Amino acid sequence: MRRTLSSPTLIILQSLFKDEPGEIRSDRRLAHLFRSKLSFASSLRLIMLVRKVTQNAALCNAVLRLPPSMSGVQRRAGAVLTVQTLRPYVSQSAEAVLEKSAAGSDVASKAERVDKKAASVESKSFAVNMFKGQISTSQVFPFPTVLNEEQSEFLREIVGPCTKFFNDVNDPALNDQLEKVEDQTLEGLKQMGAFGLQVPADLGGVGLNNTQYARLVEIVGMHDLGVGITLGAHQSIGFKGILLYGNKQQKEKYLPKLASGETMAAFCLTEPSSGSDAASIRSIAVPSPCGKYFTLNGSKIWISNGGLAEIFTVFAKTPMKDEKTGEVKDKITALIVERSFGGVTHGPPEKKMGIKASNTAEVFFENVRVPAECVLGEVGGGFKVAMNILNNGRFGMAAALSGTMKGVLAKAVDHAANRTQFGNKIHNYGVIQEKMARMAMMQYVTESMAYMVSGNMDSGATDFQIEAAISKIFASEAAWTVTDECIQIMGGMGFMKDAGVERVLRDLRIFRIFEGTNDILRLFVALNGFQNAGNQLKNLQKALKSPFSNASLLAGEITKRAKRKAGMGTGLTLQGSVHPELSHSGALAVKAIEQFGEVIEELLLKHGKRIIDEQFVLKRVADCAIDLYAMIVVLSRASRSLSQGHSSAEHEKMLCETWCTEAYERIMQDIKFLKSGTSKQTFKNLRAISAAVVENGGVVSPHPLGF
Amino acid sequence: MTGRVLVGVKRVIDYAVKIRVKPDNTGVATDGVKHSMNPFCEIAVEEAVRLKEKKLVNEVVAVSCGPQQVQETIRTALAMGADRGIHVEVSGKDYESLGPLQVSKILAALAKKEDASLIILGKQAIDDDCNQTGQMTAAQLDWPQGTFASEVTFEGDKLKVVREVDGGLETIKINTPAVVTADLRLNTPRYATLPNIMKAKKKKIATMKPGDLGVDMSSRVEVLRVDEPPQRQAGMKVESVEELVGKLKEAGRI
Repeated sequence: MRRTLSSPTLIILQSLFKDEPGEIRSDRRLAHLFRSKLSFASSLRLIMLVRKVTQNAALCNAVLRLPPSMSGVQRRAGAVLTVQTLRPYVSQSAEAVLEKSAAGSDVASKAERVDKKAASVESKSFAVNMFKGQISTSQVFPFPTVLNEEQSEFLREIVGPCTKFFNDVNDPALNDQLEKVEDQTLEGLKQMGAFGLQVPADLGGVGLNNTQYARLVEIVGMHDLGVGITLGAHQSIGFKGILLYGNKQQKEKYLPKLASGETMAAFCLTEPSSGSDAASIRSIAVPSPCGKYFTLNGSKIWISNGGLAEIFTVFAKTPMKDEKTGEVKDKITALIVERSFGGVTHGPPEKKMGIKASNTAEVFFENVRVPAECVLGEVGGGFKVAMNILNNGRFGMAAALSGTMKGVLAKAVDHAANRTQFGNKIHNYGVIQEKMARMAMMQYVTESMAYMVSGNMDSGATDFQIEAAISKIFASEAAWTVTDECIQIMGGMGFMKDAGVERVLRDLRIFRIFEGTNDILRLFVALNGFQNAGNQLKNLQKALKSPFSNASLLAGEITKRAKRKAGMGTGLTLQGSVHPELSHSGALAVKAIEQFGEVIEELLLKHGKRIIDEQFVLKRVADCAIDLYAMIVVLSRASRSLSQGHSSAEHEKMLCETWCTEAYERIMQDIKFLKSGTSKQTFKNLRAISAAVVENGGVVSPHPLGF
Repeated sequence: MTGRVLVGVKRVIDYAVKIRVKPDNTGVATDGVKHSMNPFCEIAVEEAVRLKEKKLVNEVVAVSCGPQQVQETIRTALAMGADRGIHVEVSGKDYESLGPLQVSKILAALAKKEDASLIILGKQAIDDDCNQTGQMTAAQLDWPQGTFASEVTFEGDKLKVVREVDGGLETIKINTPAVVTADLRLNTPRYATLPNIMKAKKKKIATMKPGDLGVDMSSRVEVLRVDEPPQRQAGMKVESVEELVGKLKEAGRI
């Protein structure tokens, strides 16, 4: 280890430790200095970083290949570099839907091109940056206001009639009992324009932007999630592909009838053997020799509106020849399939736990002749189409569920304010108060997330997939908790069908499962974040190759890490963005981001490429990310209310402060756990317990009575 | 019959809102309170639109008197199918003292100006419950009136109106032009659908002042005080008929 340090390193280090007596001439002296201020592990890593400044580019390149003979320390340093090779895997797998064989070589090279583009344009996404331990405020502060006067006036005009329709005409209990949306209601919804909310007005729709759409589905979510799914399966995913990827002819041909509800649409991705792993679909569309049509075969399960739809967005494999190698590979293509093409049939409506009013059925395609004009996007580009459709629809779920929570909270309040036990209205008791307060907080967070994401989308942001996924995860879990607690507050009354809450609980359960299970979406959030953080480290590595021209950048990075380790502020701040009255909560968020960024970097250095297999870790990283983003959205919203002097500003301040305090604690606990040795042992145990249970086909331990 | 129908639409505090009296007892709180079209006016609009759909009239004109916000109410009428709107701007003191007399004068002046052959109004508004505007308008114009209508049919150039009266229905036949006021069972108003709300944006709303119509807005009514209804007192249970009689005597009821 005794080496003499070269001059650029010394410049950096001397600037860092200019108050230290004695010269810094060797690693050993350096290590001593760091040790006095920092933990051993981090000082070692810093030395690694610094030392590589002194080494030539050839060595840097060699590290990429990571010969097995390298020492552990060296290998770990190399891992930073290997993160870049993660890109193709993460960018697709991430979306929960691990593309394996389908990701051919040109997909990978395309991903790399995108990668380069992404690296040159810094992401403005808050979530992307928090993984790097950075704060990017432009998308989150101030809270987005995207509607112009005309748009909000129009929205105000339509909210009334929609609410009225759901109050007076729609009967959620009847729909649930009939296991379909009652005919007159469905007809009313069509006339209402509810089937084409985002279709442009010149094509017969209402032409709403995402924020306006969110406000309306919030009403639907408040009243009837079964109807919500019927409408959502139709326009949020069913024909969203035509809106996003359709060409002029496709839009003109299909959208007017879809908008009026004359035809209904369905999104067909899931298959019996292909759930979360969407890339493994087996449906196949073979192009005809003349190239004029495809022959589609396959079956899709659990398709919402499957029994009602006339227009299907179908994902199927198409055999494609690689221009260079001549090799034939299957790639996913998105197709618009009309029932009238022939060969399209469906099974009976599925019997479900909830959202019974919506139709769910198996759909079969048997030698369906699909004209080549029906390809959505590019042949072979269907995976991207599918992911973008889902990605663009997630905010709607958060919006709908914030409405659900609002409705459920009102029911809980009504009961708690009127029910007397032990001589007092039960809302006077602490246990009930805590429940109601938490319900209100969760509703506030969800609503803030929904409109933050829709606002970002409407202002043209393209980098919102982490935020959208977080909003779906948070909303579906918060809505479940809030509804569960509503039943708890109402006690036996809540358990009765007539109270109308048990239906909501049943309806809600699927939201944690469909459109990307929350488990897969958590991996998506974490892996996306790691990928971005990895890119940043990669850039740092590049800078290390030419230390002379990048000396200031390197010094900055080293200083940042040293300061972070020493428990000093890194200069990150939310001052100026967060309202002064919320400065304490803002400071907690900053601290959490600093710690989070650090743990992300540590995990990357520790696991390198293998991080993608560390699901125990990824889950906890995602939990932190969700809590962190939730902190930021409520900070932003409450700050706006305070600055605008809303009558509810003080209340919102309390919601925000309470949320931030508790979320900060949870994040710190998770980080501490991830850094500790216990986590490793715990994960090992969990793995072993699971393995044993699987091995045994269930419970392993004998019955306490012995039989 | 062909012609033009004038429909009055009033902006009132929404029926579902809990009304609060202002602390100074001068009226009810309206700031930040949800407003919508008076439900009886909705029925009137629906009837007019149906007449148009049956091609019995040519044009439906929705009229509202009040501040800028009443245009929202007119837009609702347009979204339900009215062809155009007239906003008679009344604000400040004049709006506070605006009552059936002033509105009827405005409607009468407009009926002449627009050459209307029929005026359909709600029988009353749910905020002041006056039930006078229709009758006063008919008087101002010296037109026949068919109030509390539950059915309206054209018979030649006459109008058959089935009226809801105490104890049953009364059928009358009146000449046109006439004033009709809508009762609850006349029809079920349609919902303003989103596509129609969009179309309504393109429809025109003309604005004018009462002065333009030569209407004197002075009021002869002075509101002295507005109070919340008294809180209902808790009742009590009695054990026997004797006790009940005793209590009633005590209260001076028998």
